Amino acid sequence: MAAVTTASERNETQAFRAILPQLAPFVGILAIAMILPFVSNDYWALIGTRAAIYWVLVSGLNLVVGFAGHLAIGYVALLALGAYTTSVLVAGNVMAPVPVFAALPIAGCVGAVFGVIVGLPALRLRTFYFAMSTLGFATIVTQIALAWQSVTGGGIGIAGPEFPAPFDTAWGYYYLCVAFAAFCTWMSANVAHSRFGRALIAVRDAEVAAEATGISKPRMLIAIFLFAGALAAIAGGLFASLQTYITPDAFTFDLSILFFIAILIGGRGSILGPMLGTIILTILPEIAAPLAAWSTFLYAGLLLAIVLAMPGGIAALLDFRNRRPLASNRAIVPRPAALGDIARKTMGDKTAGDKTLSLRNIVLSFGNVRAIDGLDLDVKPGQVHGLIGPNGSGKTTTLNVISGYYAASTGTLALGADALPAGRPEVRALRGIARTFQTPRVIGAASVLENVMIGGTVEGEATFVEALLALPRHWRDERKLAASARALLGVVGLEALADVRADRLQHSELRFIEIARALMLDPDFLLLDEPAAGLSGDEIERLGALIKAISRRGTAVMLVEHHADLIFDICDQVTVLNLGRVLAAGTPAEIRAHKEVVSAYLGV
Amino acid sequence: MLASILATGLAAGAIYALVGITYNTMFSTSRVMSFTAGQLAMLGGVFGSMFMLKMGMPILVGFFLTLLGCAIIGVITEFVAVRPVLKSLDQHLYVLSTLALALMIQQVTAIKWGTEPQPFPRLIGWGSGVWDEKFWLPVAACAITIIGLEYLYRRTLVGRAFLAIAEDNFAARALGLPERNLRVASYALAGIVGGVAGFSGGELLLAFFANGALLNFYGFVPVALGGLGNNRGAIIGGLALGLFQQAANFLVGGIFSSVAVFALFIVVLLAAPQGLFGSSTARRV
Repeated sequence: MAAVTTASERNETQAFRAILPQLAPFVGILAIAMILPFVSNDYWALIGTRAAIYWVLVSGLNLVVGFAGHLAIGYVALLALGAYTTSVLVAGNVMAPVPVFAALPIAGCVGAVFGVIVGLPALRLRTFYFAMSTLGFATIVTQIALAWQSVTGGGIGIAGPEFPAPFDTAWGYYYLCVAFAAFCTWMSANVAHSRFGRALIAVRDAEVAAEATGISKPRMLIAIFLFAGALAAIAGGLFASLQTYITPDAFTFDLSILFFIAILIGGRGSILGPMLGTIILTILPEIAAPLAAWSTFLYAGLLLAIVLAMPGGIAALLDFRNRRPLASNRAIVPRPAALGDIARKTMGDKTAGDKTLSLRNIVLSFGNVRAIDGLDLDVKPGQVHGLIGPNGSGKTTTLNVISGYYAASTGTLALGADALPAGRPEVRALRGIARTFQTPRVIGAASVLENVMIGGTVEGEATFVEALLALPRHWRDERKLAASARALLGVVGLEALADVRADRLQHSELRFIEIARALMLDPDFLLLDEPAAGLSGDEIERLGALIKAISRRGTAVMLVEHHADLIFDICDQVTVLNLGRVLAAGTPAEIRAHKEVVSAYLGV
Repeated sequence: MLASILATGLAAGAIYALVGITYNTMFSTSRVMSFTAGQLAMLGGVFGSMFMLKMGMPILVGFFLTLLGCAIIGVITEFVAVRPVLKSLDQHLYVLSTLALALMIQQVTAIKWGTEPQPFPRLIGWGSGVWDEKFWLPVAACAITIIGLEYLYRRTLVGRAFLAIAEDNFAARALGLPERNLRVASYALAGIVGGVAGFSGGELLLAFFANGALLNFYGFVPVALGGLGNNRGAIIGGLALGLFQQAANFLVGGIFSSVAVFALFIVVLLAAPQGLFGSSTARRV
């Protein structure tokens, strides 16, 4: 018992030490922000306050743009919305006046609602379309602010809210805004380093794989749109107070561009980068006064330069860790024996070993081509089931039907006695079905460890709010996911590369990352789509041993493969497809002796 | 009132349709939607006013120089914002690079030309009231452009090469078509179409730097409604949008017409993301 405690304490210290270099820049920026009042004048108070307010908005928007990858350009609309809501509530020209510290949360709620409304199109629309729709929204809010004179004061404007002492001086207000900014940084960092942040990046860079791990894109996006909208509106309230008087002119499109470009200059998927980006873009026009008129041109030029020359932004520049060269001639040595140390779960109805995945009379056509033409197939627990056949015979299509990317036009799909809904790939993970892809779908920008942790997203218990505020359940989730991800990386033989960006790895290593990711679910069914493609002879042999070990734990493995040796070596059952139909099925020995199969494919 | 709605609606709709065709022309050879489409139309008005009013050139010379200027901006778009990011089309970097270029064009115009709308000269002087040339000119320009494009695409070798590249880039390159030159040519063509939109709509929209952002949105709506790369869809969508917007403008007032257009845009896109006349999406897995 005592030993366990010391071990976990040591792990905590280690984890703390690992996090320290990441934390240091933030502490440094905060320290500079704290001493700014003692070394400068009121002019810098204004600029510092503005940077802090912008960062309150950008820290939320960063999750939308930098992490989820949605090009929300028109966020000045939500800033304006928050500014007007706070001002109108405090001024009391519509209803009884509200104290400013009550008005801000109300504005936050309004902003959250509109954040979702603005963001909703992102659930259906692709990049350019979404950018356009946020742009359209920004135009409309300005027009409404101009036209709705009884509330907003139209072109004449309305007085911004005043904060009570001690926040009524320039530096007092500065400290308040810095406190808000620091709090928002902390929250957005919590989200970024939770399963939600990882899932956002997964949806951005590998949407298909994210679905297979059970990530629900709509719920995820709505949560961050709520958060980003609330922060933007609160930033608006603070902004209105700083301006002391607001008109629609205060919310020019240039501001939107500043927010958006700060994130891209900073680098996607980073928090420090966009923070530096915000500070730089806020200060830039100030230190070069003649440039003020050209500020938008400057921002745009910077954006163009970043996109063309340095798509990773500031964050990539500061990422020293991933510049260290990796050892060449790395060989992957999986340790199937280590699987034994990882306990199998038996949760609820998901008891391994008694369910068969059965396909009955599946038909799927693309146009006039029948890719699958009346397929019957049973995959039994604890077996390795090989699926072979020539190109175009429907192997991968069969996997895609099982994992829900294609909905068969007729036929049934059942897991034990329960029918599996056709289509709907995102419900497969919870039913214990995991898969890999023919071309590995890995998040290049995330570390190997994070890639594997993605596989366990549905197992997390903490809600978005718990993750936001870093409550105990969030930490428990994180520890559990990281521990099992590290253990599985050990099983597939990649533990030495855990902290490396995945896009620096070799193709064969990506295949093993995918297997580890799929195993995070502790699946009852593991679908492998050509896992041996691109592997060396030795690696294929080790892969075979790994697959066997997985199946011996009661997981049914379905293997689509072209390497006949591997198939006949490790499969318990083999099904041969041709033109979407079963040509032959049986044990490897039976298939080897099957006349048609032999003459057609084995070329003997 | 009905006559005014029809006149302004068709005129605005024709301009939106032309901007939509500008988007489509760039998209067809490069698979890129460019934020510079609206800016090209804005420049059509600004260049026209600059050449004819500020410099006092004859109409035909001004028209020719305007189109030349817009074509050059189109080619610059291809070189600066499109070609470098084509390699990684799936990362959608073109959204950012073309946005950056569009903002730079807009800012330079705002500073060098001014932020106030400036007049555009009368070109022909035919018609008055609802038959004023500022209403029928965009419609005529739109019709002529469409006929010209149809002729180009169906009867000329270059036009067929455009179609081939739009249909299947890889196959077209395998046949030895000069894909890169054709792409540059299509961006020049897009510049000309945008220039025609701005020039013919100059009397209606004036020479105003902020028209760029406005036309970017209103020109994109017909593309989204009609389906990417579908010129017929863009024409129908553009005219319908113009009529809808002007009807709302006359019936319920300016702000609500913008809200109505935006709501229509979002609703249609959520219901039919590929557009009303578009084809379905590609395979994902």
